[in-house]
Amino acid sequence: MVDMTSTVEPIRKPLVLRYPSVAIFLIFLSLFTAIITVLGEGFGIGLISTSFIKTLGKTLCLCLAALAMDLVWGYTGILSLGHMAFFGIGGYAIGMWLMYARTEIIVVDSLAASALPPTAQEISDGIATQIFGVVGASEFPPIWAFAHSLPLQLAAVVLVPGLLALIFGWLAFRSRVTGVYLSILTQAMTLALSLYLFQNDSGLRGNNGLSGLQNLPGLDSVPQSTVSILFFWASALALGLGYLVCAWVVSGKFGSVIRAIRDDQSRVRFLGYSVEAYKLFIFTFTAVICGIAGALYYPQAGIINPAEIAPIASIYLAVWVAIGGRGRLYGAVIGAAFVSLLSTWFTGGQAPDISLGFYTIQWVDWWTILLGFSFVAVTLFAPRGIGGLIDKLTERRAPDRHGADLGPDLGSLREKEANE
Amino acid sequence: MHTKLLTTTAAVLLASSLPALADCPIKIGVLHSLSGTMAISETTLKDTMEMLVEQQNEAGGLLGCELEAVVVDPASDWPLFAEKARELLTVHEVDVIFGNWTSVSRKSVLPVIEELNGLLFYPVQYEGEESSKNVFYTGAAPNQQAIPATDYFLDELEVEKFALLGTDYVYPRTTNNILESYLKQKGIAEEDIFVNYTPFGHSDWSKIVADVVALGADGKKVGVISTINGDANVGFYKELAAAGISADDIPVVAFSVGEEELAGLDTTNLVGHLAAWNYFQSAESDANEAWVEAWKARMGEDRVTNDPMEAHYIGFNMWVNAATAADTTDVDAVRTAMYGQEFPNLTGGTAVMLPNHHLAKPVLIGEIQEDGQFDIISQTEEVPGDAWTDYLPESAILVSDWKQLGCGMYNTETESCVQIKSNY
Amino acid sequence: MTLPFRRAVLALLVLVAPTLLQAQSADAPVQQILRSHAEVIQKSSRKTIGPAIDALAQSGLPEAQTVLERWQAKDMWFNKETGLFVFASTADGGLQIFDVSDGVEIGVVDKKEYKQLKPNSGIRGLIASALVQFQLNDPNPRTRDAALTAIERDAEASHLSALRGSIEAEQDADLKARKDRLERLLTIRFDEDEAARLAAIDSFAGDLGVDVRATLNPLVSSEIKVADQIPDGAVGIEVGSDELTQDQAYKLLVANGLAPEPVDAAAVKQTLIANINGDTVAGVQVASLDEDAAREAAYQVLAQQGLATPLVTQEDIAETVQKHKFFKVYVSAPLPIALAAQAALDNIETQVALNQTADLVLDALSLASIYFLAAIGLAITFGVMGVINMAHGEFIMMGAYTGYVVQLFIPDLTLSILVAIPCAFLVTFGAGVLLERLVIRWLYHRPLETLLATFGVSIALQQLAKNIFGTQARPLTAPAWLDGSMVLNDIVSISYIRIAIFVLALLFLSLFLIVMNRTRLGLEVRAVTQNNRMASSMGINPDRINMLTFGLGSGIAGIAGVAIGLYAKVTSEMGSDYIVQSFMTVVVGGVGNIWGTLLGATMVGTLQKGIEWFNPSNTLAAQTYMILFIILFIQFRPRGIIALKGRAAEA
Repeated sequence: MVDMTSTVEPIRKPLVLRYPSVAIFLIFLSLFTAIITVLGEGFGIGLISTSFIKTLGKTLCLCLAALAMDLVWGYTGILSLGHMAFFGIGGYAIGMWLMYARTEIIVVDSLAASALPPTAQEISDGIATQIFGVVGASEFPPIWAFAHSLPLQLAAVVLVPGLLALIFGWLAFRSRVTGVYLSILTQAMTLALSLYLFQNDSGLRGNNGLSGLQNLPGLDSVPQSTVSILFFWASALALGLGYLVCAWVVSGKFGSVIRAIRDDQSRVRFLGYSVEAYKLFIFTFTAVICGIAGALYYPQAGIINPAEIAPIASIYLAVWVAIGGRGRLYGAVIGAAFVSLLSTWFTGGQAPDISLGFYTIQWVDWWTILLGFSFVAVTLFAPRGIGGLIDKLTERRAPDRHGADLGPDLGSLREKEANE
Repeated sequence: MHTKLLTTTAAVLLASSLPALADCPIKIGVLHSLSGTMAISETTLKDTMEMLVEQQNEAGGLLGCELEAVVVDPASDWPLFAEKARELLTVHEVDVIFGNWTSVSRKSVLPVIEELNGLLFYPVQYEGEESSKNVFYTGAAPNQQAIPATDYFLDELEVEKFALLGTDYVYPRTTNNILESYLKQKGIAEEDIFVNYTPFGHSDWSKIVADVVALGADGKKVGVISTINGDANVGFYKELAAAGISADDIPVVAFSVGEEELAGLDTTNLVGHLAAWNYFQSAESDANEAWVEAWKARMGEDRVTNDPMEAHYIGFNMWVNAATAADTTDVDAVRTAMYGQEFPNLTGGTAVMLPNHHLAKPVLIGEIQEDGQFDIISQTEEVPGDAWTDYLPESAILVSDWKQLGCGMYNTETESCVQIKSNY
Repeated sequence: MTLPFRRAVLALLVLVAPTLLQAQSADAPVQQILRSHAEVIQKSSRKTIGPAIDALAQSGLPEAQTVLERWQAKDMWFNKETGLFVFASTADGGLQIFDVSDGVEIGVVDKKEYKQLKPNSGIRGLIASALVQFQLNDPNPRTRDAALTAIERDAEASHLSALRGSIEAEQDADLKARKDRLERLLTIRFDEDEAARLAAIDSFAGDLGVDVRATLNPLVSSEIKVADQIPDGAVGIEVGSDELTQDQAYKLLVANGLAPEPVDAAAVKQTLIANINGDTVAGVQVASLDEDAAREAAYQVLAQQGLATPLVTQEDIAETVQKHKFFKVYVSAPLPIALAAQAALDNIETQVALNQTADLVLDALSLASIYFLAAIGLAITFGVMGVINMAHGEFIMMGAYTGYVVQLFIPDLTLSILVAIPCAFLVTFGAGVLLERLVIRWLYHRPLETLLATFGVSIALQQLAKNIFGTQARPLTAPAWLDGSMVLNDIVSISYIRIAIFVLALLFLSLFLIVMNRTRLGLEVRAVTQNNRMASSMGINPDRINMLTFGLGSGIAGIAGVAIGLYAKVTSEMGSDYIVQSFMTVVVGGVGNIWGTLLGATMVGTLQKGIEWFNPSNTLAAQTYMILFIILFIQFRPRGIIALKGRAAEA
């Protein structure tokens, strides 16, 4: 046999060159980051307020989650309505450390004044009383066992969502749950998780959640304007890296296989591929991306509570991707950024009210309705989303499928599913 | 030495007051949700603030300036509360904020307010266990609502067995914790206290109501202390009525049901059940009559007034008086001037701002009437609000005194300040 | 114009009235009694009011009953200045007052001069209890009924003889039975004669009433005591059982002064701090005391030096507890009575448990019927047509709001519900047809798109409802004949409204079966479902059938909304409370089969109640575990309980 890898295969150009959109995106992102830094308060001229930088930083994290959603839905055809659960878990994991470490400093300082040097137990009790006193408990639940350690909690940011996705995905895919059934099941998963976290007994402070996350332990002297820029950079970096990795995943043979699974998984199975293994990998991988995005998001938001992972959040994620355009990575990013920033603008009361004489349209009340109906319109009339406009510009056409409703451009449809 | 100190102080005061005076109009931030789940409760408070600002402007403004209300909408979204608070303080540069309803939204805002040294007036009854340098709590602490109501149950209704029913979130949890501990100190055995938590908007109450009825099987009088929140009350009271339980058999005292909430209910079956607040619309005083009249004239005949509105009324007027006394709207100066501020309650008597940032207010207990109003059957003297409850061992040793000790969480055992900034 | 005039008249009256009053009633004996207790009456506290009520009740005055009754009804006021008591009712422009002794009208006065007495429900209970002696033989049966209720709520020993005296003369059969039962209950509690008490206890054998248990349970209250020997007639208790753990036993010993108090970590710390000498305690560096073991060692040294009480170890505790005997004594009744009460309670214990299970089953059935009702529309749209309609919950909400609006226009509750049901059907049928025509029919081959598009509709409708009706819950009031509940006994009962929902669910089930199996429409629907092309070539218009089916499913959701609104609440978010549960119900039951949906609803309902029963203090946990269970269940039966087989499964 000939050594295939070294001789036969043509020399491949780097990923970025093969897919110009990746290069363009990365250049855009770097430019954007640089401009915001210059205009921002932390290191720049202070034209943009700290609260708006936080909004932008959070938006970048949402874009990262949307990337993951696009990978799992737009490319693999699994409409997961539970990916924000992984996002939330990432936030909780980092939030636990932030709260613990911050409180530890306070407690150690205050106990230093006591006559006897404090025992480890006393310090732990003191921290527990501070964190859980507000929800009527004073002991650490077992779930907080690793909260004292940043490396372990950082590992949890990746491992817990990954593991949950692995177990859930394994159960779901092995019993061949597909299509809308899987969507409903993932939705049930995120509902169960949020209901569980709503309980005080969950050990994560119930409805109150974890708060004050924007204050980094030991960095009290660093102003929020600086902290916000640092997080903005971190989010931009994560988004850039995430984009590269996702682009790499969807390129090449692996990408072809998952797209084939989306279009007709039975055929792929008959060709000898383990469809379930591919799906499981993508499901878990995207869950991990969401976890990381969440871990960057919540220190900027400052508070995480179970309402954040209610089913509606995951559905919004799907909405962003759909509006941006499925099956293309930049579509997801555009959709998430566009819709979430627009939402902020409309619900923030900045949008001018429209007076109709007999009735005044206040956007805080009507924005959701507009969003809902425009979403219906996008599904019906522009299934390619905003990304479709870019196609028009670049004159890219969908491949001729001889009338069959296939491919991401008309929804992640498989013939099989259409008949079900 | 003394003179030097005095001159420095005077200089500082002068320096801080001058720009404030030049800074017209004086901006009042209003941070209440106008959309989302909390909008129904909080919109009323936004209207209240706008009315108060208008009234003050008609009375000549403050420090020679017009007042201007800056209203933002945090949309019942907790992280958004922090964002909007930052916007109010840094973009709009308001002098004081009146806002928040839920505890979780307050916890979300706290770090921002403390970081930027803002001033927040929080008007809703809450679970206590908090005292921030930058927040004045004009609503009731547990000892101003829950404890007197429990005393009423123990003394007046001779209740021997308690069902503590609540929605599963921080306010009921902490309140019930305090009450459990308090009841045990009063000699109620642990097995005579039944605690149950239900989710927000719970609707299937048959099992819980049956459980409560079954508590009466050992011949002790049962009373229900309800911290059930919002919509869930509808189903709860309906089931209670369906089970044929009258207020004389099993009385229910609620801490979250006021005039606004009763508007969504058919009250015929609820007559006689109780609520504990610091204010009822039915309170008889000239000030209250004028207040209710002004509110109805502005908002419509069918609108009602409630407890958090009174809290804003007191808080706003105290702030105006404190700013007048300090001759500036500078946060630190106003805060110092706030301590000991007195202002007449709408229910009669006088509210006093204590150094722990809570008010001394009377506690009222009312029976629900058919018309959706409350018949006040008990009114206490002014009860000083307690930031840290005396009935939980971890909190009993803590006091808050920003005036003398300069600390909101002072451990009296170790005689040291646990924290100056809040730990949210 | 009239106002100043009225004020003038009022002022005149105010001037005149006090003199009138003093002349008329200040000397009346009943006024004298009231005035001598004025302070406690005005204070209005149950703890101190006793003497005032007693004085009135035992005064022997004919008007005492009226005074007590009107006081109880919050009709009594007093003059702030003179302290005179009057009956009063608010009248146009002031307060119309009457003399307390003879009820004669005195005149209209300024309200501000007087203050209303507001006895709280505790005091009202005491008054009712005092009134019993007057009311038991009252000619009016409702008054006698009130007296019996007062005894049931708050019995006193004196009631027993009064009650016995009134049974003979009682004409009304119902009241007589109640009196008889109450007499036996009071005998158990208050009679001096042991035999009579035992007989009364016997007479309640097998009775499940809460009142019986409430009477018997206090008799068997017991205390655990400690001594060297178990006295005669007391029951010994093993230490280490559930009734008495070792720690409890030791606490009892400490309380009785039979053992030293154990020293806990906090006490150790206090003692160490108290004995700090420079930077050492008991010769140990203070800085090294940051572990419990080190602290205990230092404490031991202090104890040996006699500076602290010695530590109590677990062995000490076990040893001390061993030396004593623990036993139970009945504290509130003589032994034979307590034993008889205990035996009676033990006898009904199993029955009580059985009945509680029955009650739980009823609850579960009721919940199942609610879920079924919420899901049946979905069973049609999703189960039969295969269309995922995320806005299904909003159709439920729409139906409920239709009911609310109908009630705004039709005040008669029964009529309004009868009108509301067809209205709700029409409104949601229309909305369903509209949705199908405008959105869903373009997406029949793209189920995931349907899911997302209908979700968009769902959030828009929810917000629309908020804009129109506000976020506050709106009342949807059931007619009076649906108030209350069907009581089988004191344990098993179910509210009529739940029964009505149950019946409605059954009605819909049969309606569904008839429509699907017996009508032309059903035939066509089944044809279109099984083979769309074949059906259309047979002359069936699939477009029309799809539209009608979807409308029907939506319309039923609307009626379900009225029912759900009646039993719970009407809010803009009520739909989302049910949507996931409804999908679960349909998926668990098996898509495309109404019996499956029925089974699914039963399973989900029973499961939820079952978990609630295991974990009574947390309803939220029940929902979480239920969803987890369903996720697992679907792993093993991905196509639900009743899976369609053969060709239908592929269709």
